[in-house]
Formats: sequence, C-alpha cells, structure tokens
Amino acid sequence: MLKTMRDYIKSLFLLELFKGMKLTGYYLFTKEFTVQYPEERAPMSPRFRGLHAQRRYENGEERCIACKLCEAVCPAQAITIEAEPREDGSRRTTRYDIDLFKCIFCGYCQESCPVDAIVETRVYEYTRDPSNRVIDKEELLKIGDKYEAQISADIAAQAKHR
Amino acid sequence: MSEQLVTIEIDGREVKAKAGAMLIDVADEAGIHIPRFCYHKKLSVSANCRMCLVEVEKVPRPLPACATPVNDGMKVKTQSPLAVTAQQGTMEFLLINHPLDCPICDQGGECELQDVAVGYGSDVCRYVEGKRVVADKNIGPLVATDLTRCIQCTRCVRFGAEIAGVRELGATGRGEHMQIGTYIEKSVDSELSGNIIDVCPVGSLTSKPFRFRARAWELVQRDAVAPHDSMGSNVHLHLRNGEIMRVVPKENEAVNECWLSDRDRYSYQGIYSEDRLTKPLVKKDGEWQEVDWKEALEAAANGLKAAAGGDGDQLAALVSPNSTQEEIWLAKKLLQGMGSDNIDYRLRQGDFRPGQPDRPWLGMAIAELEELDAVLIIGANPRQDQPLLGHRLRKAAMKGATITYINPLQLVLNYRSSQWVTTPAGMLEELAAVGKGLNLRRGIIAQTKAEDRHKALAASLKEAGKAAVLLGPMALAHPDASMIWGLADAVAESSGATLGLLPEAANSTGAGMICEAENNGKVRELLENPRKGYLLCNLEPSLDLHDPALAGKAFDKAEFVVALSAFRGDSLDAAADVQLPLATFGETSGTFVNAAGDWQSFAGAAKPLGEARPGWKILRVLGNVLEISGFDQDDCGQVLAEIEESLAGRKPENKVKVDVNEERWMPAEGMARIGDVPIYAADPLVRRASALQETVHHVEAAVRINAETAKGLGLEEGGQALVSQGDGQATLPVVIDETVPANCARVQSALAGTEKLGAAFGAVTLTKA
Repeated sequence: MLKTMRDYIKSLFLLELFKGMKLTGYYLFTKEFTVQYPEERAPMSPRFRGLHAQRRYENGEERCIACKLCEAVCPAQAITIEAEPREDGSRRTTRYDIDLFKCIFCGYCQESCPVDAIVETRVYEYTRDPSNRVIDKEELLKIGDKYEAQISADIAAQAKHR
Repeated sequence: MSEQLVTIEIDGREVKAKAGAMLIDVADEAGIHIPRFCYHKKLSVSANCRMCLVEVEKVPRPLPACATPVNDGMKVKTQSPLAVTAQQGTMEFLLINHPLDCPICDQGGECELQDVAVGYGSDVCRYVEGKRVVADKNIGPLVATDLTRCIQCTRCVRFGAEIAGVRELGATGRGEHMQIGTYIEKSVDSELSGNIIDVCPVGSLTSKPFRFRARAWELVQRDAVAPHDSMGSNVHLHLRNGEIMRVVPKENEAVNECWLSDRDRYSYQGIYSEDRLTKPLVKKDGEWQEVDWKEALEAAANGLKAAAGGDGDQLAALVSPNSTQEEIWLAKKLLQGMGSDNIDYRLRQGDFRPGQPDRPWLGMAIAELEELDAVLIIGANPRQDQPLLGHRLRKAAMKGATITYINPLQLVLNYRSSQWVTTPAGMLEELAAVGKGLNLRRGIIAQTKAEDRHKALAASLKEAGKAAVLLGPMALAHPDASMIWGLADAVAESSGATLGLLPEAANSTGAGMICEAENNGKVRELLENPRKGYLLCNLEPSLDLHDPALAGKAFDKAEFVVALSAFRGDSLDAAADVQLPLATFGETSGTFVNAAGDWQSFAGAAKPLGEARPGWKILRVLGNVLEISGFDQDDCGQVLAEIEESLAGRKPENKVKVDVNEERWMPAEGMARIGDVPIYAADPLVRRASALQETVHHVEAAVRINAETAKGLGLEEGGQALVSQGDGQATLPVVIDETVPANCARVQSALAGTEKLGAAFGAVTLTKA
C-alpha cells in the first residue's frame, strides 16, 4: 500500500527524468572524451600491433636471416618463408609472405625474432583487397624503411621490459 | 670371458650386462639416457667430451660412462648431485666457445648440443671474454663447414679413420686451439663422406645442397629404399610441401647399419633437374609435341600393336634393373599379353651364353660379408659400385680376412688386399690358375700354370672358415662372363667357398627373379636382330646399355619405340616415338630386392613432378588400353601380391652350368677396352644430381692408358686419341693413368662422348687424332 503511494508520487513529479537530466547536465560541463578521428588521434602504446614491417640494419642490409622461428610460432600459420644461400653465402629468405587475412596480430612473430627483423608497426589504416591478401618481402621492407624512426623508437622504449 | 654376465645397478634399477661392456651401452640398452657428444656406438671410444660423467659408488670422482667398463655389483647414479654438477660444468665449458647462432644454423632444431643444453645448460653465461673463431674450410661440394661451432668431439675424424678408411679430416692444435681440418687444402672425397654430417653432434658439418633450405621442424619424414646400388639402403626422405629436401639414413643393422653412401644421400637433387620429363610427349612428323595422357597412351598402344603386326616376337622390352619389381612385372605381363617373351634387364651384360645363373645374388646376407675370412673378388670395384658393401668388405679385411681382387684395374682401396691387375683376357687365366691351385683339371684350367700366389690363395680359400668368391659388374660386362662364372663356380665348389654376385643396381636380384633370364629375351640378341617395337623403361639408350652403338642402330631400325622415362635426353629423343613421364625415386611406390634377396617395399612420398606418374600405374593403364586381361590392380600391393604368388617362394640362386672350355670372345692380343661405369654416372637419376657431379668423382669421357702404352702409341697426356670400336669412333682426350694395365684403354661407359662406341669391354684401336 505504502509502496504504491511512493511510486505514484515519484511518477507524478517526473523524478526519474530529473535524475537522468542530472547526469546529462554533468557531462555538459565536464571535459569531452570524443576524439575527432581523423583530425584527432587516440594515444597509442609503443607496443601497438598493427601492420607488419621488415627492418634493415643501418647499412641497408636486411635484418631477416631466415631462421623461420616466426613461421613456426605463428598460431594462424600466416607466414610462409623460403630460403637459400645468397650469392655471398649468407642465409637469406627468397620469399617472405604474410597473409594479412590469416594474421591475428598476436605479435608472436615480433617476440620470436632474434634480430628484430619482423615487427608490427603502429600503422592500422590500410585496406586490402581479398585478391591481394598477401604482403610480400619487398613490401614489408618498404613499410619498414618508411617507419623506421618510429619502429626503432618504440623498440627502444620497451627494451627494458623485454 | 666376454659372454659372462654381470649385474649392475643404474639409478636403483638392476641391469644385467656383459662383463667388460661399456657403461653407456648398458644404460642405453636399459633405456636410461646419459648425455654424450663424442661417443658414437659405431666409432671407437675417445672420451674427450666429458659429457657422460656419472657417479659410481666407491669412486671418489665422476667417471665417463663411455669409457668405464661394467663390473659386477657396480652401483651407478646418473642423476646424483655429483653427476649432474659434473655434467652441468661440462656443458658450461662446451658453451664457452660455442657461438649463439642457432637461428642461422642448419642444425638448429635437431642439434644434440641444443637438446642437451636444455637439460644441463644454465640460462646465463658467466663467460664474458671473446669467443674462439675458426675460419671455415671448403671441403668439397657435399659438406658445408662452420668450424666455429665445433665442440671438438672428433667424431668426424674417427669416422674418417675407422669407417670411411681415409684419414681426410684431422684435428690440429690442442685445447682451445684444436681445429678440425684437412691438413692441406683439399676436399673430403670419400664415397661415404656425407655421413660426417650425421655424426657431427652440432652444426659444424652440414649438408651443402640442403644448406639454409629448410628447418628440421618443417620436414615430414617418410621411409624409402635407396634406388642406386644393390645394397637397398634404408633411408628417410625429408619432405617439405611434397618436395624431397634431403635424404638421411634409416638405421637397419642388417643392411646399411646407420650409414649411407653419398650417391644415395645426394641423388635426390636429380629429381628436380631441369631436363625432368613432366608431360607425355609424342613425336609427330619428327617433332616432339606435348600431349595429354590419354592421347599418349593411345599412341603408345596403337604403335606397339602396329609394330607387332600380330607377331609377338617383334616386340621387346628393356627394363632398367633400377626399376621396381612392380614395373618389371607389369612390363613382362604386358609383353606376354601381346605374345612376346622378350624382356630383359641385363643392360650392361657382355655375354649371354647359356649356363649362367638366371637368378644371381650375393649368395649370403649382407651382414655375413664382414664375417668372411677369405674372399676372391673378380671384376668389381665395390667402393664405387656398392659403397656400403665395400664398407662391409673393409670390415672383414680389418678383422684379418684375406681379400684378393682380380681386376683389369688397380683399385684405390682403404684396406689391405692383394690386387692382381691384368688385361680383361688375362682375368680368365688368373682365375683358372687359382682353379689349378685347387688341383682342378677342367677346360682351360688344365692349360694354365699355377704360381705360388695362386696356390696360396687356393689354400686360403680352402682353409678359411668362411670364404666367398664374388663376381662384380665388370665380370658380367666381360665378353666371357659365362666363362668367368664357370671358373668362379669351379673354384668356389672345390674350395668350399660361397659363390656370389655383387649386383650393380637396386633391383638387379629382383629383376632376375621375374625375368627368368635363361628363358626370356637377351639384350644382345634383341638388339642384334632388331625388333619392330620396343618398350624402354627408365633407361637412356646411349648411356645405360652395354653396346650403345648397337642399341642406336636397333632403335633406328625399329618402327616404334615407347619409352617410360623420368628425364629427357638426346639419345632418348632420337630413339623413342612416345615418351611417358615416369615418377622417380621417392615419388613412386614399389619394391626392391637387394643383393641378399631381401624384399623391401616402400610407399611413394613426394608428389610426382608435373604429370609424371608411377611406372606401375602407367603400365597398368597401358595394359587396359591394349585390352589385355589382368591389368586391374588398384594399388602397388596387389601387384606385389601377384608377383609373390607367381614366384611361389622361388629364391635367387647361383646355379652355374658352364663348360669352362668354351670359345673365348675377348681377344688375348691387341688393345682391350675397359668400360667400367663411374660411380656418379650409373643411372639417369644420379647423372643429374648436381652436387655429386661437382665432386672429384665426376669424370668426363677420356682414354686412360698407362705411360708405357701411351709411349708405344705416340700419345701423351692432354693430347687427343681417336678410339675406334667396330664402326664407331670417338675422339677423346688422353689421360695417363698408371692404374690401367698395359695394352688396355680404360674408356669408361655411361659418359657423354662414348655413345658411338661399342661394347664396354672388347677390342678397340687407338690412334693419335
């Protein structure tokens, strides 16, 4: 009986509505969260795992030594490597393909790499056609060359945690 | 004494062992693992790696298990704190100088050091000083070296000294400065050199053709039987994406132990050579055209039918003794279905007179070879023809057997033996003289005179506990092969020795059982009286036949030639009308019967390249197209069952019925050709194995004569000689070779440049070109 009375008064004076309006009013005057993508960007961890890249040493030599650990560790089996001795006798890949449609961006390839050759960059804005799902060595190296400054800064930033 | 059993205790388990056995062997047998690097069961004990240290009760210090003989009541602990500390210490020392380059090391993933380091290594290295670096040496096209990784176990050195019988590798310097090398710059040339890759516990010695191409964990392992010599070595094929990446031995104590010859190990490269036939070809108006299987098979069937014209005798099949039992059986059945019995496999045989054994074999198990006390070998070079049979003979020699060779060549051997080097014709005299030494009087034996050495050999064959008289491929290629069989049989019979053959090819023994040589076609007759239709299986006419000139003429005259071949070659292009692409070793299933009569079946492992198909399938469908009954097998096993049923337990046997007084075809006077087959030219597959062709054993066609003969003919090293044999002529470079007897010219068969010459052994004339 008493409960029915209380509910009646609450609904008569629109109490719930004012409760809601109070929250709306609160956010009207606090700082905004919304990021105006693409003009604005959310902050990113140096451990962000985006598009893959292959790195080079400072002298331009590709880092990858075809040890195939990334291929072995890849849980999605997205990496395909073929290797043979290069003309100078060093161990190099003749093929290094990542199927971006298979990749789950777990970052294990980067973790397993003994020479920091394969990395996942902060790049996440890319599109790929299903007919062009595989990213090959040449393209990976190009991405690496383009973002090398950022990649090496990120690796340096996490170095002490590894 | 050595049979006495003692009881010891290892890790609390009671184990019975032979007194004097090494602790590590006893533990291995009991399934207790002790880490080791330098110890190898087939090599002598050197005890220099110290990894196998274990604690033995009442001994104050740890002892190396590989060099500690067991005693009754011994109590051994392999996991006690003392043992484990010792092993960990050893591991730390070994890792001091071992580079941390596992990611680029081919051994990574199958490395004994890696495995043991997981169990006994520390995760932190206390050693901060510089590591030792050793310059790599080029030891030939088969084995790659990374000597910085060497942990100085000396297994490779001991392998060279004890198994290969050639001290090619050695260790110089001591302690940290000890290096493995070849003393002077040279390559490791043993025919068994590939085995040092397997014995090396680290990545110091790895396979050069396989270098960097795959990792151990991505390879799929399949069993197979090696396709070259008559050992029938058991192998593992390592495949990646259906492609054979390498071949390694599979342990089989009765056959190849744990070794593999280089030919069997590296020949897989030939499978992927450029001239591999991958599509059926039909010759139309003199031009080769790629066609589909249906058209090719119909062309083959119609061509054979037309060539036979109702007369089965106009058809003949020549099958390589490297073909599987199933292929040979179906080829025979196919021919029989068309009314012909003309099938033969003895492509390199020089003499087909009756009385020779029609199902020849080794005459004993392979392992029995090493128990022989006296051996007489005629016309063979086992190190070249069957490297691992040669190894068994070496083992016999090392145990004190007297081994005597009667050969038209001085062989380079790695054990003590007597070699009687004579002309091809002279081989019969030598053999007859041994017979005379045994007081035989038959045929030509009566006309010879036994010298002391003959009498001594006769006596040693007679007195030996186990003796054998063995014929080799050069004896079979001899124009008087039947006489050699007859004389060898006489010698073996009267001395109580076993008569045997060292067959040349993987399935020679099996082919003999199916083809029943005595009743069926004989290569020479089939070529001398050309048939209208030929079926060739897995051979190249100019290289795989005893008399390529004769064969060339026969195939020219033939109306129709069908070739099942894995490879394209000039001679086959010229001879054949239809070429059907054949699956090779590793790609086909089948059965080989080795020298000792062991039937070894294997399954196909690799994907046949292109449209190539296993031989048994091709022949089976060809049988269907020809509408011959009995060609409805669904798998290789059914064909095998059919063969076994038809042979009804028939065994190979060396029954000789030769009168040793026959006419001799090898002229005693004049220049004689010695046409042995070089080790890496024996069959179409190995001829295309690129790494093997880069070794020192690769030879180009040449005339090899000794200096005296050369002087008499006015020839000199580096000059050219015109070799004439019958109608055939070839101009070849002259090489002075003192291993060749006087008045003989060693012009090896199976080499490009010798196609126009005649029989491998026979009269030949040399003139300056």
